[in-house]
Amino acid sequence: MSDNSGDSAYWSANKRLIIFCLVIWALASYGAAILFRPFLSGIAVGGTDLSFWFAQQGSILVFLFLIFFYAWRMNSIDKEHGVDEE
Amino acid sequence: MDQTTLNIIVVGLSFALYFGIAIWARAGTTGEFYAAGRGVNPVVNGMATAADWMSAASFISMAGLIAFVGYNNSLFLMGWTGGYVLMAMLLAPYLRKFGKYTVPEFVGDRFYSNAARVVAVICLIVISVTYVIGQMRGAGIAFSRFLEVDIELGLYIAGAVVFVYAVLGGMKGITYTQVAQYCVLITAYTIPAIFISLQLTGNPIPGLGLFSTMSEGNAGSGTHLLTTLDQVLTDLGFREYTATTNPWLMALYTLSLMIGTAGLPHVIIRFFTVPRVADARWSAGWALVFIALLYLTAPAVGAMARLNIATTMWPQGVEGEAVAVDELPDWFETWQVTGLLGVEDKNGDGRIQYYNESGEGMAELAAERGWEGNELVTFNRDILVLANPEIANLPGWVIALIAAGGIAAALSTAAGLLLAISSAISHDLIKSTINPSISESGELLAARISMAVAICVAVYLGLNPPGFAAQVVALAFGLAAASLFPTLMMGIFSKRMNSAGAIAGMLAGLITTCLYIFTYKGWFFIPDTNMLPDNADGWLFGIPTTHFGPIGACFNFAVAYVVSRMTEEPPQEIQDLVESVRIPRGAGAATGH
Repeated sequence: MSDNSGDSAYWSANKRLIIFCLVIWALASYGAAILFRPFLSGIAVGGTDLSFWFAQQGSILVFLFLIFFYAWRMNSIDKEHGVDEE
Repeated sequence: MDQTTLNIIVVGLSFALYFGIAIWARAGTTGEFYAAGRGVNPVVNGMATAADWMSAASFISMAGLIAFVGYNNSLFLMGWTGGYVLMAMLLAPYLRKFGKYTVPEFVGDRFYSNAARVVAVICLIVISVTYVIGQMRGAGIAFSRFLEVDIELGLYIAGAVVFVYAVLGGMKGITYTQVAQYCVLITAYTIPAIFISLQLTGNPIPGLGLFSTMSEGNAGSGTHLLTTLDQVLTDLGFREYTATTNPWLMALYTLSLMIGTAGLPHVIIRFFTVPRVADARWSAGWALVFIALLYLTAPAVGAMARLNIATTMWPQGVEGEAVAVDELPDWFETWQVTGLLGVEDKNGDGRIQYYNESGEGMAELAAERGWEGNELVTFNRDILVLANPEIANLPGWVIALIAAGGIAAALSTAAGLLLAISSAISHDLIKSTINPSISESGELLAARISMAVAICVAVYLGLNPPGFAAQVVALAFGLAAASLFPTLMMGIFSKRMNSAGAIAGMLAGLITTCLYIFTYKGWFFIPDTNMLPDNADGWLFGIPTTHFGPIGACFNFAVAYVVSRMTEEPPQEIQDLVESVRIPRGAGAATGH
C-alpha cells in the first residue's frame, strides 16, 4: 500500500521486522491453533493435542514473546540508524 | 459476621483506596487530564492498560464462555490478546511519537481535514458508548449480587465512584486507580483458581493444572483433566470439550476480534501516557503480560469449574445415581436465589439429572433410565467465576474479594471509555473544531464537564439499556476493525494516503459493516426490519455478522487506495509529518501543544 521508493533504510528495516513478526503471529494463532489442527492432531499434549494447547495458551505466549522481541530489536535498529531518543 | 457485611467492608476498602488515589493524582493541566502528563512508567502503564482492557465480561463471563463451548471459544482468548501484537507494531509507537492527545486528533491532523476528524469522532463515540453501557450494567449487577442492593442503586454508586476520580484526575487519576483495580481483580481471580487447581490436579498454577493429570482422591485420578472432562461431557450428551467445528469461521472471528482490539480508541490512548516511543513498545508487552495472567488462568477456571459442577451433579459418575435434591451443596442453594442456577425435579424421583436433552442417543438413554428432561434448568455461565470460591470451599473474605474484583474490572474499563469519549468531545469537537481560541483552563473545564455529562449519560443508559445492547457490542468491534484501525495504519504506513482516500475508506468500512449488520439484525436494530434471516442460510458466504470486521477493513483499504490514487497526493508538510511520526527521535519535544 505504501510508496516504497521514498522509504529510508530505517523504515525498511522496521517494515521487514514487522513482517517477520506478523508471519510468526499468524502461524501461531491461525496456523498452529486453528487451521493446521488436522495435521497436528497426532501430537499429544496434556490429555489433548498440540493445537488445543496453542489455542488456549501457546498463542498467547508467542504473542508475548513477539512484542518483547520487537521492542528489543527496534531499540537496536533505532541506534544503528541514529534515530533513537536521547 | 455475615457474608454481605464482609463484602461491603472489602468493597468499601477498595473504594477508599480509589478515592485516596484520586486526591493524590489530581490533574492540573489538560496534558495531565488527557495523557497523565506523559510521565507514566511503561510497566505501570501496562498494568493500567490491562485493567482498562479487561472488562466485567473478561472477569465474570469469559471463563464460562470458554467452558460451555470448549476449544472453539478459544478464539476469544486469542482474539483479545493477538490484537496487542498489531497495536505494538503498527500503531502505538507512532501515535505516541505524534504526541497529541486523542485518536481523532491524529486522523484530523494527518489527513488535514476536519471532516475526517468528525467521522473519527463519530466512530469513537459509537464504539465507546456501546461498550460503556455493558460496563455500567456489569457494575450494577455486581453491586446487586454481592451487596444486596438494587441494580439501580448499584449503578448510581458506580457512577458516583467513577465521577470522583475521573472528573478530578482525568487520565492521571484513572491511570493510578486502574493500577490499584488491576491488583484487586487479579488477586480475586487467581486465589480461587489456585485452590481449585490444587484440589483437582495438585498443581498450584491453574494454567499448568489444565494440562495435568487428576490427582488422588478425584474421579479419574491418574488420567488427564481434559480427557476426564471430555469423557464426562460426552457421557452426558454434550459435545466433546476439545472438538473443532468450523476452522475457517473460527479463524475469521479471531481476526475480527484482533483487528477490533487494535482499533479500540480507549486502549490506544493509554499509550499516549508514557514518556518515550521506546516505552510505548515495551508498555504493550507489559500490558499483555498482565492480561495473560488472567487469560491463561481463565480457560483453566472454566474447564475445572465445569468438571466440578458435572461431578457435583453426578457424584457416583454418570453410570450411578444423580445427586439427590437434599444433598445439593450449600453454594447451590445460595446461587439459586440469584436466579443464576435453577433445578426442577421433573420426574419426581428426588434426584437432579443433568444432561443434554438434544445430545445424540440421549433420548433413548433418558427413556431407559426414567429421566424426563434435563433438571438443571438454569445454568448461567457467569456462575463459574462467581461461585468459584464457594465451590472450592474457600473462606468468606475470598468471596468478598471476587465482589471487589468484579466491580474493579467494570469500573476500570468504564473510566477508560469515559475518558476516550470526553476527550473526543472537549478536545476534538470543542477545541479543534468549534472554538479553537479556547484557553487552557477553559479546555480543562470543558474536559471535566464533558466527563461529568458522559458519566450521567452512561448511568442513564445503564438504567435503561437499549434492547439491542448485546448486539451493538458486535457492531462496536466491527466498527473499530473496519473504520479506525485501517485508517490509522494507512496514516502511518502510506505517505501517499490523502484526505479524500482516508475519508472515503472510513466511510466505506463504516457503511459496509453497518449495512451487513442491519441486513440481518434489522435497520438500527429495530426488530423485524431485517432483510434476510439471521442464520447460516441467510448469511453471505455463511459469515455471521460478528465476523464481518476484517471484510469491512478490506473495503476500507481498497476504497482508500483507489480514491487516493485518483486524487492529488498530500501536501509536503503532511508527508514530512508522516516521516517524523515514523522515527522515535524527538518524541520528548513533540509533547507540548
